[in-house]
Amino acid sequence: MNTMELRETLLDVRNLHASFGGIAALHGISLSVIANSVTAIIGPSGCGKSTFIRCLNRLHEEVPGATTQGEVWLDGQDILSADVDPVTLRRKIGMVFQKPNPFPAMSIYENVVAGLTLAGVRRRSVLNEVVEKTLNLAALWDEVKDKLHHPGSSLSGGQQQRLCIARALAIEPRVLLMDEPTSALDPISTARIEELIGELKREVTIVIVTHNMQQAARISDKTGFFLLGELVEFTDTSVLFTAPKDPRTERYITGRFG
Amino acid sequence: MRRTQPSALSQLVEITYKRRRLVTRAMMIVLIAAFLVATVPLFSVFFHVVRQGLPALNMDFFTHLPAPVGEAGGGLANALLGTIILVVLASVIGIPWGVVIGIFLSEYGKSRFAALVRFSVDMLASIPSIVIGLFVYALVVIPMKRFSGLAGGLALGILMVPTIARTTEEILKLIPVHIREAGLGLGVPRWKMILFIIVRGSMGAIATGVILSVARVAGETAPLLFTALSSRFWFGGLDQPIASLPVQIFNYAISPFEEWQSQAWGGALVLILFVFVTNIITRLALRRAHGSGQS
Repeated sequence: MNTMELRETLLDVRNLHASFGGIAALHGISLSVIANSVTAIIGPSGCGKSTFIRCLNRLHEEVPGATTQGEVWLDGQDILSADVDPVTLRRKIGMVFQKPNPFPAMSIYENVVAGLTLAGVRRRSVLNEVVEKTLNLAALWDEVKDKLHHPGSSLSGGQQQRLCIARALAIEPRVLLMDEPTSALDPISTARIEELIGELKREVTIVIVTHNMQQAARISDKTGFFLLGELVEFTDTSVLFTAPKDPRTERYITGRFG
Repeated sequence: MRRTQPSALSQLVEITYKRRRLVTRAMMIVLIAAFLVATVPLFSVFFHVVRQGLPALNMDFFTHLPAPVGEAGGGLANALLGTIILVVLASVIGIPWGVVIGIFLSEYGKSRFAALVRFSVDMLASIPSIVIGLFVYALVVIPMKRFSGLAGGLALGILMVPTIARTTEEILKLIPVHIREAGLGLGVPRWKMILFIIVRGSMGAIATGVILSVARVAGETAPLLFTALSSRFWFGGLDQPIASLPVQIFNYAISPFEEWQSQAWGGALVLILFVFVTNIITRLALRRAHGSGQS
Protein backbone atom coordinates (compact mmCIF):
# COMPACT_ATOMS: atom_id res chain seq x y z
CA MET A 1 0.00 0.00 0.00
CA ASN A 2 2.95 2.32 0.42
CA THR A 3 3.41 2.58 -3.30
CA MET A 4 -0.20 3.71 -3.54
CA GLU A 5 0.47 6.81 -1.51
CA LEU A 6 3.21 7.91 -3.89
CA ARG A 7 0.90 7.92 -6.87
CA GLU A 8 -0.87 11.03 -7.99
CA THR A 9 -4.50 11.77 -7.48
CA LEU A 10 -6.35 11.67 -10.79
CA LEU A 11 -9.90 12.50 -9.79
CA ASP A 12 -10.60 14.76 -6.87
CA VAL A 13 -14.23 14.89 -5.77
CA ARG A 14 -15.04 17.78 -3.45
CA ASN A 15 -18.32 18.19 -1.62
CA LEU A 16 -20.48 16.59 -4.31
CA HIS A 17 -24.24 16.94 -3.94
CA ALA A 18 -26.78 15.42 -6.31
CA SER A 19 -30.55 15.16 -6.43
CA PHE A 20 -33.40 13.79 -8.49
CA GLY A 21 -36.42 16.05 -8.85
CA GLY A 22 -35.83 17.80 -5.54
CA ILE A 23 -34.93 14.67 -3.58
CA ALA A 24 -31.31 14.67 -2.47
CA ALA A 25 -29.38 11.52 -3.34
CA LEU A 26 -25.85 12.56 -2.39
CA HIS A 27 -24.94 14.78 0.54
CA GLY A 28 -21.49 16.25 0.12
CA ILE A 29 -19.22 13.46 -1.04
CA SER A 30 -15.46 14.10 -1.02
CA LEU A 31 -12.88 11.55 -2.06
CA SER A 32 -9.86 11.27 -4.30
CA VAL A 33 -9.18 8.58 -6.82
CA ILE A 34 -5.56 7.63 -7.38
CA ALA A 35 -4.29 7.13 -10.91
CA ASN A 36 -4.07 3.54 -12.12
CA SER A 37 -5.86 2.13 -9.13
CA VAL A 38 -9.20 0.44 -8.61
CA THR A 39 -11.59 2.29 -6.34
CA ALA A 40 -14.65 0.36 -5.23
CA ILE A 41 -17.87 1.92 -4.03
CA ILE A 42 -20.02 -0.31 -1.86
CA GLY A 43 -23.24 0.19 0.02
CA PRO A 44 -26.82 -1.03 0.24
CA SER A 45 -29.32 -0.43 -2.56
CA GLY A 46 -30.41 3.17 -2.84
CA CYS A 47 -27.37 4.55 -1.02
CA GLY A 48 -26.40 6.74 -3.99
CA LYS A 49 -23.42 4.74 -5.25
CA SER A 50 -24.69 4.59 -8.83
CA THR A 51 -25.67 8.25 -8.71
CA PHE A 52 -22.16 9.01 -7.53
CA ILE A 53 -20.36 7.49 -10.48
CA ARG A 54 -22.98 8.80 -12.89
CA CYS A 55 -22.05 12.29 -11.68
CA LEU A 56 -18.42 11.67 -12.62
CA ASN A 57 -19.20 11.43 -16.34
CA ARG A 58 -22.17 13.78 -16.02
CA LEU A 59 -24.65 11.15 -17.15
CA HIS A 60 -26.64 11.95 -14.03
CA GLU A 61 -27.65 15.32 -15.43
CA GLU A 62 -29.20 13.69 -18.52
CA VAL A 63 -32.05 12.49 -16.29
CA PRO A 64 -34.87 15.06 -16.26
CA GLY A 65 -35.02 16.92 -12.96
CA ALA A 66 -31.53 15.88 -11.85
CA THR A 67 -29.13 18.41 -10.34
CA THR A 68 -25.47 18.28 -9.34
CA GLN A 69 -23.41 20.61 -7.14
CA GLY A 70 -19.82 20.52 -5.98
CA GLU A 71 -16.55 20.03 -7.77
CA VAL A 72 -14.81 17.14 -9.46
CA TRP A 73 -11.25 17.92 -10.54
CA LEU A 74 -9.54 16.09 -13.37
CA ASP A 75 -6.34 17.38 -14.97
CA GLY A 76 -6.61 20.75 -13.27
CA GLN A 77 -10.16 21.35 -14.41
CA ASP A 78 -13.48 21.20 -12.56
CA ILE A 79 -15.37 18.86 -14.86
CA LEU A 80 -18.73 19.79 -13.38
CA SER A 81 -18.37 23.44 -14.36
CA ALA A 82 -20.70 24.75 -17.01
CA ASP A 83 -17.93 25.45 -19.53
CA VAL A 84 -16.93 21.79 -19.71
CA ASP A 85 -18.78 20.04 -22.53
CA PRO A 86 -20.14 16.73 -21.17
CA VAL A 87 -19.72 15.13 -24.59
CA THR A 88 -15.99 15.87 -24.59
CA LEU A 89 -15.70 14.87 -20.94
CA ARG A 90 -17.19 11.45 -21.60
CA ARG A 91 -14.41 10.73 -24.04
CA LYS A 92 -12.05 10.97 -21.05
CA ILE A 93 -14.29 9.14 -18.60
CA GLY A 94 -15.78 5.98 -20.05
CA MET A 95 -18.48 3.83 -18.57
CA VAL A 96 -19.54 0.20 -18.40
CA PHE A 97 -23.09 -0.50 -17.31
CA GLN A 98 -24.88 -3.06 -15.20
CA LYS A 99 -26.45 -4.87 -18.12
CA PRO A 100 -24.27 -5.69 -21.12
CA ASN A 101 -25.52 -3.30 -23.79
CA PRO A 102 -23.92 -3.80 -27.19
CA PHE A 103 -25.46 -1.51 -29.78
CA PRO A 104 -28.24 -3.23 -31.74
CA ALA A 105 -27.68 -4.16 -35.37
CA MET A 106 -23.94 -3.58 -35.09
CA SER A 107 -21.28 -6.24 -35.50
CA ILE A 108 -18.68 -6.96 -32.84
CA TYR A 109 -16.21 -4.88 -34.86
CA GLU A 110 -18.62 -1.97 -35.26
CA ASN A 111 -19.45 -2.03 -31.57
CA VAL A 112 -15.81 -1.75 -30.54
CA VAL A 113 -15.09 1.21 -32.79
CA ALA A 114 -18.49 2.91 -32.43
CA GLY A 115 -17.02 5.70 -30.28
CA LEU A 116 -14.40 6.35 -32.93
CA THR A 117 -16.50 6.06 -36.08
CA LEU A 118 -19.20 8.28 -34.59
CA ALA A 119 -16.47 10.84 -33.91
CA GLY A 120 -15.48 10.71 -37.58
CA VAL A 121 -12.53 8.28 -37.59
CA ARG A 122 -12.78 6.41 -40.89
CA ARG A 123 -9.30 5.07 -41.57
CA ARG A 124 -9.64 1.31 -41.86
CA SER A 125 -6.08 0.58 -40.77
CA VAL A 126 -6.49 2.66 -37.61
CA LEU A 127 -9.80 0.98 -36.77
CA ASN A 128 -8.43 -2.51 -37.37
CA GLU A 129 -5.58 -1.81 -35.01
CA VAL A 130 -7.89 -0.44 -32.32
CA VAL A 131 -10.19 -3.44 -32.59
CA GLU A 132 -7.39 -5.93 -32.10
CA LYS A 133 -5.73 -3.95 -29.33
CA THR A 134 -8.83 -3.25 -27.26
CA LEU A 135 -10.36 -6.69 -27.71
CA ASN A 136 -7.05 -8.06 -26.45
CA LEU A 137 -7.17 -5.70 -23.50
CA ALA A 138 -10.69 -6.87 -22.78
CA ALA A 139 -9.54 -10.51 -23.02
CA LEU A 140 -12.03 -11.20 -25.80
CA TRP A 141 -9.86 -11.23 -28.93
CA ASP A 142 -9.18 -14.96 -29.03
CA GLU A 143 -12.85 -15.78 -28.71
CA VAL A 144 -14.10 -13.43 -31.43
CA LYS A 145 -11.25 -12.84 -33.85
CA ASP A 146 -12.82 -15.14 -36.44
CA LYS A 147 -16.28 -13.64 -36.19
CA LEU A 148 -15.71 -9.92 -35.89
CA HIS A 149 -18.54 -9.27 -38.30
CA HIS A 150 -21.12 -11.27 -36.39
CA PRO A 151 -23.70 -9.24 -34.49
CA GLY A 152 -22.57 -8.07 -31.05
CA SER A 153 -25.79 -9.48 -29.66
CA SER A 154 -24.78 -12.99 -30.75
CA LEU A 155 -22.24 -13.22 -27.92
CA SER A 156 -22.94 -14.63 -24.46
CA GLY A 157 -23.70 -12.24 -21.60
CA GLY A 158 -20.17 -12.35 -20.23
CA GLN A 159 -18.66 -11.86 -23.69
CA GLN A 160 -21.04 -8.99 -24.35
CA GLN A 161 -19.90 -7.30 -21.16
CA ARG A 162 -16.25 -7.67 -22.20
CA LEU A 163 -17.26 -6.28 -25.61
CA CYS A 164 -18.72 -3.28 -23.81
CA ILE A 165 -15.47 -2.90 -21.87
CA ALA A 166 -13.54 -3.00 -25.15
CA ARG A 167 -15.92 -0.42 -26.62
CA ALA A 168 -15.33 1.87 -23.64
CA LEU A 169 -11.55 1.38 -23.84
CA ALA A 170 -11.39 2.04 -27.59
CA ILE A 171 -11.61 5.79 -27.12
CA GLU A 172 -8.72 5.62 -24.61
CA PRO A 173 -10.37 7.15 -21.58
CA ARG A 174 -8.37 8.21 -18.51
CA VAL A 175 -11.00 6.79 -16.16
CA LEU A 176 -13.30 3.79 -16.55
CA LEU A 177 -16.48 3.86 -14.49
CA MET A 178 -18.12 0.50 -13.91
CA ASP A 179 -21.65 0.35 -12.54
CA GLU A 180 -22.13 -3.14 -11.07
CA PRO A 181 -20.62 -4.65 -14.23
CA THR A 182 -20.98 -8.26 -13.11
CA SER A 183 -24.36 -8.24 -11.39
CA ALA A 184 -26.08 -9.67 -14.48
CA LEU A 185 -23.41 -12.33 -15.09
CA ASP A 186 -22.78 -15.88 -13.96
CA PRO A 187 -19.88 -16.65 -11.57
CA ILE A 188 -17.45 -17.73 -14.29
CA SER A 189 -18.00 -14.62 -16.39
CA THR A 190 -17.76 -12.59 -13.20
CA ALA A 191 -14.39 -14.12 -12.36
CA ARG A 192 -13.10 -13.31 -15.86
CA ILE A 193 -14.16 -9.71 -15.56
CA GLU A 194 -12.62 -9.38 -12.12
CA GLU A 195 -9.37 -10.77 -13.44
CA LEU A 196 -9.60 -8.34 -16.33
CA ILE A 197 -10.09 -5.37 -14.00
CA GLY A 198 -6.84 -6.27 -12.24
CA GLU A 199 -5.00 -6.14 -15.55
CA LEU A 200 -6.73 -3.05 -16.86
CA LYS A 201 -5.59 -0.77 -14.09
CA ARG A 202 -2.23 -0.50 -15.80
CA GLU A 203 -4.00 1.27 -18.66
CA VAL A 204 -6.79 3.12 -16.97
CA THR A 205 -8.05 4.27 -13.58
CA ILE A 206 -11.11 2.34 -12.48
CA VAL A 207 -14.01 3.32 -10.26
CA ILE A 208 -16.36 0.41 -9.74
CA VAL A 209 -19.71 0.27 -8.00
CA THR A 210 -20.55 -3.13 -6.62
CA HIS A 211 -23.05 -4.55 -4.20
CA ASN A 212 -20.81 -7.56 -3.76
CA MET A 213 -18.41 -6.92 -0.87
CA GLN A 214 -16.24 -9.91 -1.64
CA GLN A 215 -15.77 -8.50 -5.10
CA ALA A 216 -14.72 -5.13 -3.73
CA ALA A 217 -12.30 -6.87 -1.38
CA ARG A 218 -10.83 -8.96 -4.20
CA ILE A 219 -10.27 -6.33 -6.83
CA SER A 220 -9.98 -2.86 -5.33
CA ASP A 221 -7.17 -0.84 -3.82
CA LYS A 222 -9.45 1.59 -2.03
CA THR A 223 -13.05 1.22 -1.00
CA GLY A 224 -15.70 3.77 -0.11
CA PHE A 225 -18.75 2.78 1.89
CA PHE A 226 -21.89 4.76 1.04
CA LEU A 227 -24.96 4.90 3.21
CA LEU A 228 -28.04 7.05 2.61
CA GLY A 229 -26.18 9.35 0.24
CA GLU A 230 -23.20 9.87 2.52
CA LEU A 231 -19.68 8.57 2.29
CA VAL A 232 -19.31 6.86 5.65
CA GLU A 233 -15.77 5.67 5.24
CA PHE A 234 -13.16 5.76 2.51
CA THR A 235 -9.82 4.06 2.95
CA ASP A 236 -7.55 1.28 1.73
CA THR A 237 -9.60 -1.79 0.96
CA SER A 238 -7.57 -4.00 3.25
CA VAL A 239 -8.18 -1.60 6.12
CA LEU A 240 -11.87 -1.09 5.44
CA PHE A 241 -12.67 -4.76 5.47
CA THR A 242 -10.47 -5.68 8.43
CA ALA A 243 -10.45 -2.67 10.69
CA PRO A 244 -13.27 -0.29 9.79
CA LYS A 245 -13.30 2.85 11.89
CA ASP A 246 -16.99 3.61 11.68
CA PRO A 247 -19.41 1.28 13.48
CA ARG A 248 -21.85 1.58 10.56
CA THR A 249 -19.21 0.24 8.17
CA GLU A 250 -18.51 -2.60 10.53
CA ARG A 251 -22.17 -3.49 10.82
CA TYR A 252 -22.55 -3.44 7.02
CA ILE A 253 -19.52 -5.55 6.19
CA THR A 254 -20.41 -8.09 8.82
CA GLY A 255 -23.84 -8.37 7.27
CA ARG A 256 -25.88 -6.94 10.10
CA PHE A 257 -27.81 -4.49 7.97
CA GLY A 258 -28.26 -3.27 4.43
CA MET B 1 -45.84 -38.78 10.08
CA ARG B 2 -47.51 -40.37 7.08
CA ARG B 3 -51.04 -39.66 6.07
CA THR B 4 -53.17 -42.36 4.56
CA GLN B 5 -56.16 -40.08 4.04
CA PRO B 6 -55.70 -36.99 1.88
CA SER B 7 -56.20 -33.83 3.90
CA ALA B 8 -59.16 -31.56 3.33
CA LEU B 9 -56.84 -28.96 1.83
CA SER B 10 -55.31 -31.27 -0.73
CA GLN B 11 -58.79 -32.47 -1.68
CA LEU B 12 -59.82 -28.89 -2.25
CA VAL B 13 -56.71 -28.26 -4.35
CA GLU B 14 -57.51 -31.36 -6.38
CA ILE B 15 -61.06 -30.19 -7.09
CA THR B 16 -60.08 -26.67 -8.11
CA TYR B 17 -57.34 -28.08 -10.28
CA LYS B 18 -59.81 -30.29 -12.14
CA ARG B 19 -62.15 -27.35 -12.59
CA ARG B 20 -59.33 -25.15 -13.84
CA ARG B 21 -58.25 -27.77 -16.34
CA LEU B 22 -61.79 -27.90 -17.66
CA VAL B 23 -61.95 -24.12 -17.97
CA THR B 24 -58.61 -24.13 -19.79
CA ARG B 25 -59.92 -26.61 -22.30
CA ALA B 26 -63.15 -24.71 -22.84
CA MET B 27 -61.23 -21.46 -23.37
CA MET B 28 -58.92 -23.15 -25.85
CA ILE B 29 -61.95 -24.19 -27.90
CA VAL B 30 -63.31 -20.65 -27.78
CA LEU B 31 -59.95 -19.30 -28.96
CA ILE B 32 -59.76 -21.70 -31.87
CA ALA B 33 -63.29 -20.77 -32.86
CA ALA B 34 -62.36 -17.08 -32.70
CA PHE B 35 -59.37 -17.75 -34.90
CA LEU B 36 -61.55 -19.50 -37.47
CA VAL B 37 -64.10 -16.71 -37.42
CA ALA B 38 -61.29 -14.25 -38.10
CA THR B 39 -59.74 -16.22 -40.95
CA VAL B 40 -62.89 -17.36 -42.72
CA PRO B 41 -63.68 -13.93 -44.18
CA LEU B 42 -60.06 -13.44 -45.17
CA PHE B 43 -59.83 -16.69 -47.08
CA SER B 44 -63.29 -16.49 -48.59
CA VAL B 45 -62.53 -13.01 -49.91
CA PHE B 46 -59.22 -14.21 -51.24
CA PHE B 47 -60.61 -17.29 -52.98
CA HIS B 48 -63.55 -15.39 -54.39
CA VAL B 49 -61.25 -12.75 -55.85
CA VAL B 50 -58.92 -15.40 -57.24
CA ARG B 51 -61.79 -17.25 -58.89
CA GLN B 52 -63.29 -14.14 -60.42
CA GLY B 53 -60.06 -12.36 -61.20
CA LEU B 54 -57.80 -15.06 -62.53
CA PRO B 55 -59.61 -15.43 -65.92
CA ALA B 56 -59.11 -11.71 -66.55
CA LEU B 57 -55.35 -11.86 -66.10
CA ASN B 58 -53.35 -12.23 -69.29
CA MET B 59 -50.46 -10.54 -71.05
CA ASP B 60 -52.71 -7.76 -72.40
CA PHE B 61 -53.95 -6.99 -68.92
CA PHE B 62 -50.44 -6.00 -67.86
CA THR B 63 -49.30 -4.35 -71.09
CA HIS B 64 -52.26 -2.69 -72.78
CA LEU B 65 -54.29 0.45 -72.28
CA PRO B 66 -57.99 0.04 -71.51
CA ALA B 67 -60.02 -0.79 -74.61
CA PRO B 68 -62.72 1.66 -75.71
CA VAL B 69 -66.30 0.84 -74.70
CA GLY B 70 -67.68 -2.05 -76.69
CA GLU B 71 -64.32 -3.35 -77.85
CA ALA B 72 -62.99 -6.56 -76.36
CA GLY B 73 -59.54 -6.92 -74.83
CA GLY B 74 -57.39 -4.13 -73.50
CA GLY B 75 -55.73 -4.00 -70.13
CA LEU B 76 -55.01 -1.99 -67.05
CA ALA B 77 -51.33 -1.35 -67.69
CA ASN B 78 -51.69 2.41 -67.27
CA ALA B 79 -53.49 1.93 -63.96
CA LEU B 80 -50.77 -0.42 -62.71
CA LEU B 81 -48.07 2.04 -63.69
CA GLY B 82 -50.13 4.88 -62.23
CA THR B 83 -50.46 3.14 -58.89
CA ILE B 84 -46.72 2.56 -58.79
CA ILE B 85 -46.06 6.23 -59.55
CA LEU B 86 -48.59 7.38 -56.95
CA VAL B 87 -47.17 5.08 -54.30
CA VAL B 88 -43.61 6.21 -55.00
CA LEU B 89 -44.70 9.83 -54.79
CA ALA B 90 -46.63 9.16 -51.59
CA SER B 91 -43.57 7.42 -50.13
CA VAL B 92 -41.30 10.33 -50.98
CA ILE B 93 -43.69 12.64 -49.14
CA GLY B 94 -44.94 10.38 -46.36
CA ILE B 95 -41.93 8.31 -45.27
CA PRO B 96 -39.48 11.09 -44.28
CA TRP B 97 -42.29 13.10 -42.71
CA GLY B 98 -43.62 10.14 -40.72
CA VAL B 99 -40.23 8.83 -39.64
CA VAL B 100 -39.06 12.26 -38.47
CA ILE B 101 -42.24 12.74 -36.42
CA GLY B 102 -41.79 9.23 -35.00
CA ILE B 103 -38.20 9.97 -33.96
CA PHE B 104 -39.29 13.24 -32.40
CA LEU B 105 -42.12 11.60 -30.44
CA SER B 106 -39.93 8.82 -29.15
CA GLU B 107 -36.81 10.82 -28.28
CA TYR B 108 -38.22 14.19 -27.29
CA GLY B 109 -41.71 13.02 -26.49
CA LYS B 110 -42.08 14.25 -22.92
CA SER B 111 -42.84 17.92 -23.57
CA ARG B 112 -46.26 19.52 -23.86
CA PHE B 113 -45.57 20.24 -27.50
CA ALA B 114 -44.83 16.57 -28.14
CA ALA B 115 -48.09 15.59 -26.47
CA LEU B 116 -49.86 17.97 -28.84
CA VAL B 117 -48.04 16.45 -31.81
CA ARG B 118 -48.94 12.93 -30.67
CA PHE B 119 -52.58 13.93 -30.26
CA SER B 120 -52.62 15.52 -33.73
CA VAL B 121 -51.08 12.45 -35.30
CA ASP B 122 -53.70 10.24 -33.65
CA MET B 123 -56.44 12.59 -34.88
CA LEU B 124 -55.00 12.50 -38.37
CA ALA B 125 -55.03 8.71 -38.25
CA SER B 126 -58.73 8.67 -37.49
CA ILE B 127 -59.78 11.14 -40.19
CA PRO B 128 -61.61 9.24 -42.96
CA SER B 129 -59.43 8.98 -46.03
CA ILE B 130 -62.05 10.64 -48.22
CA VAL B 131 -61.76 13.76 -46.05
CA ILE B 132 -58.01 13.80 -46.68
CA GLY B 133 -58.88 13.63 -50.38
CA LEU B 134 -61.24 16.59 -50.00
CA PHE B 135 -58.56 18.54 -48.16
CA VAL B 136 -56.03 17.95 -50.92
CA TYR B 137 -58.72 18.82 -53.47
CA ALA B 138 -59.11 22.21 -51.80
CA LEU B 139 -55.37 22.66 -51.27
CA VAL B 140 -53.98 21.52 -54.62
CA VAL B 141 -56.64 20.67 -57.18
CA ILE B 142 -58.59 23.94 -56.99
CA PRO B 143 -55.54 26.25 -57.20
CA MET B 144 -54.04 24.15 -60.02
CA LYS B 145 -57.42 24.02 -61.72
CA ARG B 146 -56.93 20.38 -62.60
CA PHE B 147 -56.74 16.88 -61.14
CA SER B 148 -53.20 15.59 -60.96
CA GLY B 149 -50.93 12.77 -59.93
CA LEU B 150 -49.25 15.26 -57.62
CA ALA B 151 -52.48 15.77 -55.69
CA GLY B 152 -53.11 12.01 -55.54
CA GLY B 153 -49.60 11.31 -54.28
CA LEU B 154 -49.91 14.03 -51.66
CA ALA B 155 -53.22 12.62 -50.40
CA LEU B 156 -51.74 9.12 -50.09
CA GLY B 157 -48.59 10.55 -48.51
CA ILE B 158 -50.61 12.32 -45.82
CA LEU B 159 -52.43 9.06 -45.14
CA MET B 160 -49.11 7.32 -44.54
CA VAL B 161 -47.82 9.81 -41.99
CA PRO B 162 -49.74 8.77 -38.86
CA THR B 163 -49.13 5.03 -39.19
CA ILE B 164 -45.44 5.49 -39.94
CA ALA B 165 -45.01 8.06 -37.17
CA ARG B 166 -46.66 5.94 -34.50
CA THR B 167 -45.01 2.66 -35.48
CA THR B 168 -41.61 4.38 -35.62
CA GLU B 169 -42.25 5.89 -32.19
CA GLU B 170 -43.24 2.55 -30.69
CA ILE B 171 -40.28 0.76 -32.25
CA LEU B 172 -37.74 3.31 -31.02
CA LYS B 173 -39.22 3.25 -27.54
CA LEU B 174 -38.40 -0.45 -27.37
CA ILE B 175 -34.69 0.37 -27.24
CA PRO B 176 -33.84 0.40 -23.53
CA VAL B 177 -32.50 3.48 -21.74
CA HIS B 178 -29.19 1.79 -20.95
CA ILE B 179 -28.38 1.50 -24.67
CA ARG B 180 -28.96 5.24 -25.05
CA GLU B 181 -26.80 5.89 -22.00
CA ALA B 182 -24.07 3.67 -23.41
CA GLY B 183 -24.07 5.92 -26.48
CA LEU B 184 -23.94 9.11 -24.45
CA GLY B 185 -21.32 7.53 -22.18
CA LEU B 186 -19.05 7.04 -25.20
CA GLY B 187 -18.95 10.79 -25.74
CA VAL B 188 -21.42 10.70 -28.61
CA PRO B 189 -23.64 13.80 -28.92
CA ARG B 190 -27.33 13.07 -28.32
CA TRP B 191 -28.48 13.65 -31.90
CA LYS B 192 -25.77 11.36 -33.25
CA MET B 193 -26.63 8.74 -30.66
CA ILE B 194 -30.28 8.87 -31.73
CA LEU B 195 -29.57 8.69 -35.47
CA PHE B 196 -26.62 6.31 -35.63
CA ILE B 197 -27.30 4.01 -32.70
CA ILE B 198 -31.02 4.04 -31.93
CA VAL B 199 -32.55 4.66 -35.37
CA ARG B 200 -29.91 2.67 -37.20
CA GLY B 201 -30.38 -0.21 -34.80
CA SER B 202 -34.12 -0.22 -35.49
CA MET B 203 -33.89 0.18 -39.25
CA GLY B 204 -35.34 -3.26 -40.01
CA ALA B 205 -38.37 -2.78 -37.81
CA ILE B 206 -38.97 0.76 -39.05
CA ALA B 207 -38.77 -0.51 -42.64
CA THR B 208 -41.44 -3.08 -41.83
CA GLY B 209 -43.79 -0.40 -40.56
CA VAL B 210 -43.07 1.71 -43.62
CA ILE B 211 -43.66 -1.12 -46.10
CA LEU B 212 -46.89 -2.15 -44.43
CA SER B 213 -48.18 1.40 -44.68
CA VAL B 214 -47.09 1.57 -48.34
CA ALA B 215 -49.03 -1.60 -49.01
CA ARG B 216 -52.02 -0.09 -47.28
CA VAL B 217 -52.17 3.15 -49.25
CA ALA B 218 -51.63 1.26 -52.52
CA GLY B 219 -55.23 0.10 -52.22
CA GLU B 220 -56.76 3.41 -51.16
CA THR B 221 -59.51 4.61 -53.48
CA ALA B 222 -61.48 7.38 -51.82
CA PRO B 223 -58.67 9.95 -51.53
CA LEU B 224 -57.83 9.49 -55.22
CA LEU B 225 -61.35 10.02 -56.58
CA PHE B 226 -61.07 13.79 -56.69
CA THR B 227 -57.32 14.26 -56.56
CA ALA B 228 -55.66 11.97 -59.10
CA LEU B 229 -59.02 11.28 -60.76
CA SER B 230 -58.38 8.64 -63.41
CA SER B 231 -57.16 8.45 -66.96
CA ARG B 232 -57.56 6.25 -69.97
CA PHE B 233 -54.09 7.11 -71.21
CA TRP B 234 -50.49 6.49 -70.31
CA PHE B 235 -48.78 8.63 -67.70
CA GLY B 236 -48.53 12.17 -69.04
CA GLY B 237 -46.78 14.05 -66.24
CA LEU B 238 -47.38 14.59 -62.55
CA ASP B 239 -49.54 17.63 -63.24
CA GLN B 240 -52.03 15.52 -65.22
CA PRO B 241 -54.80 13.21 -64.03
CA ILE B 242 -53.40 9.75 -63.57
CA ALA B 243 -54.93 6.30 -63.61
CA SER B 244 -54.66 4.08 -60.56
CA LEU B 245 -55.64 0.50 -59.91
CA PRO B 246 -58.17 1.10 -57.10
CA VAL B 247 -60.01 3.88 -58.98
CA GLN B 248 -59.98 1.81 -62.16
CA ILE B 249 -61.43 -1.11 -60.24
CA PHE B 250 -64.10 1.20 -58.89
CA ASN B 251 -64.98 2.59 -62.33
CA TYR B 252 -65.04 -0.83 -63.97
CA ALA B 253 -66.93 -2.53 -61.19
CA ILE B 254 -69.85 -0.08 -61.38
CA SER B 255 -69.91 -0.16 -65.19
CA PRO B 256 -72.57 -2.19 -66.97
CA PHE B 257 -70.07 -4.05 -69.19
CA GLU B 258 -69.20 -7.61 -68.30
CA GLU B 259 -65.74 -7.32 -69.84
CA TRP B 260 -64.92 -4.39 -67.56
CA GLN B 261 -66.37 -6.06 -64.51
CA SER B 262 -64.18 -9.04 -65.13
CA GLN B 263 -61.14 -6.77 -65.46
CA ALA B 264 -62.12 -5.10 -62.20
CA TRP B 265 -61.83 -8.52 -60.54
CA GLY B 266 -58.46 -8.97 -62.18
CA GLY B 267 -57.33 -5.62 -60.82
CA ALA B 268 -58.60 -6.55 -57.38
CA LEU B 269 -56.61 -9.77 -57.51
CA VAL B 270 -53.42 -7.93 -58.50
CA LEU B 271 -53.95 -5.46 -55.65
CA ILE B 272 -54.53 -8.20 -53.09
CA LEU B 273 -51.51 -10.13 -54.31
CA PHE B 274 -49.41 -7.00 -54.04
CA VAL B 275 -50.45 -6.49 -50.42
CA PHE B 276 -50.02 -10.19 -49.57
CA VAL B 277 -46.63 -10.46 -51.17
CA THR B 278 -45.26 -7.29 -49.56
CA ASN B 279 -46.54 -8.46 -46.19
CA ILE B 280 -44.99 -11.87 -46.52
CA ILE B 281 -41.66 -10.64 -47.88
CA THR B 282 -41.38 -8.07 -45.12
CA ARG B 283 -42.11 -10.59 -42.44
CA LEU B 284 -39.65 -13.11 -43.86
CA ALA B 285 -36.94 -10.49 -44.19
CA LEU B 286 -37.56 -9.37 -40.64
CA ARG B 287 -37.47 -12.91 -39.32
CA ARG B 288 -34.18 -13.53 -41.09
CA ALA B 289 -32.65 -10.32 -39.76
CA HIS B 290 -33.93 -11.23 -36.32
CA GLY B 291 -32.75 -14.80 -36.55
CA SER B 292 -29.20 -13.90 -37.47
CA GLY B 293 -29.18 -11.47 -34.58
CA GLN B 294 -29.66 -14.30 -32.16
CA SER B 295 -27.87 -17.24 -33.71
